[in-house]
Amino acid sequence: MLITCPYCGPRDVSEFAYQGDGNRSRPDPSSTDLAAWNAYVYDRLNPAGAHNEIWQHAGGCRAHLAVVRDTLSHEISSVRFAREKGAPAHGRRKSGAKP
Amino acid sequence: MVEQLSPLAAVFRPGSHGNFVDGVGVTLSEMAPGSIVQLAAWPGEEKKLIAAITSLTGLKLADGAGAGAASERHTVFGFAPGKFLLTDTAEGLVSAAGVVTPAMGTITDLSHGRTAIRVAGPRSEWVLAKLFAVDFSLVAFPQGSGISTAHHDIFAQIQRSGPDRFDLYVFRSFARSFWKMLCHASDEVGYEVR
Repeated sequence: MLITCPYCGPRDVSEFAYQGDGNRSRPDPSSTDLAAWNAYVYDRLNPAGAHNEIWQHAGGCRAHLAVVRDTLSHEISSVRFAREKGAPAHGRRKSGAKP
Repeated sequence: MVEQLSPLAAVFRPGSHGNFVDGVGVTLSEMAPGSIVQLAAWPGEEKKLIAAITSLTGLKLADGAGAGAASERHTVFGFAPGKFLLTDTAEGLVSAAGVVTPAMGTITDLSHGRTAIRVAGPRSEWVLAKLFAVDFSLVAFPQGSGISTAHHDIFAQIQRSGPDRFDLYVFRSFARSFWKMLCHASDEVGYEVR
């Protein structure tokens, strides 16, 4: 399986580290909504088909990538830098900030 | 500066080795540049950092992934978004690199942390292709450009410094092991250590 890193070009999958499901969005760190945290930690779509994933090019440029991979065929339909999605919706936590 | 000792000294045997009856396929050598530094730009500061590298070295860098250039004294190439490896045959590059301001990015001295190995010769693409799952053809990997890759978790940054010449930067603590592996890989085509 080849993943085409936006910086490095096509590279063998052995250079990449899987960083998990790309569909999750983390609740606000100050949230006490147990259902939301439970969903974030445990709920996975597990589709048979196109799947959003986060990979890191750990053996190359070390960038985090948002990859769409078909779980049936391993076909990669898109790769982009994960950071291009922008900051998480809840924004960055200020150091020392209290909920 | 503290005098550097080569990590390859114990296994560095100058001369011809392997299957060299029909000619030497590759020449292996240690480059031992005086300085190796890593420069990283903050997001949005990449162009300023490239301009600072040009003012420091006189080398013009194209704005693209893996772009690089080399002169008699300096080599530079991008190996990750906004990150560059820069070498100087002289020591003390890290202090000369004051042109890279804290607002622009960071500078990390790797002079004692990396070992630079040069693989040159008509079979260098062949030998390196045994070790790395990367296309080493001149079309995919043009002269001057650089890449970062890994072999069995030993990171390597590679710059093509000539049509059949590659400069490899590996972790110093893995360099001896890597060198021995490189010698084994070169056995088949005949290699000269110098």
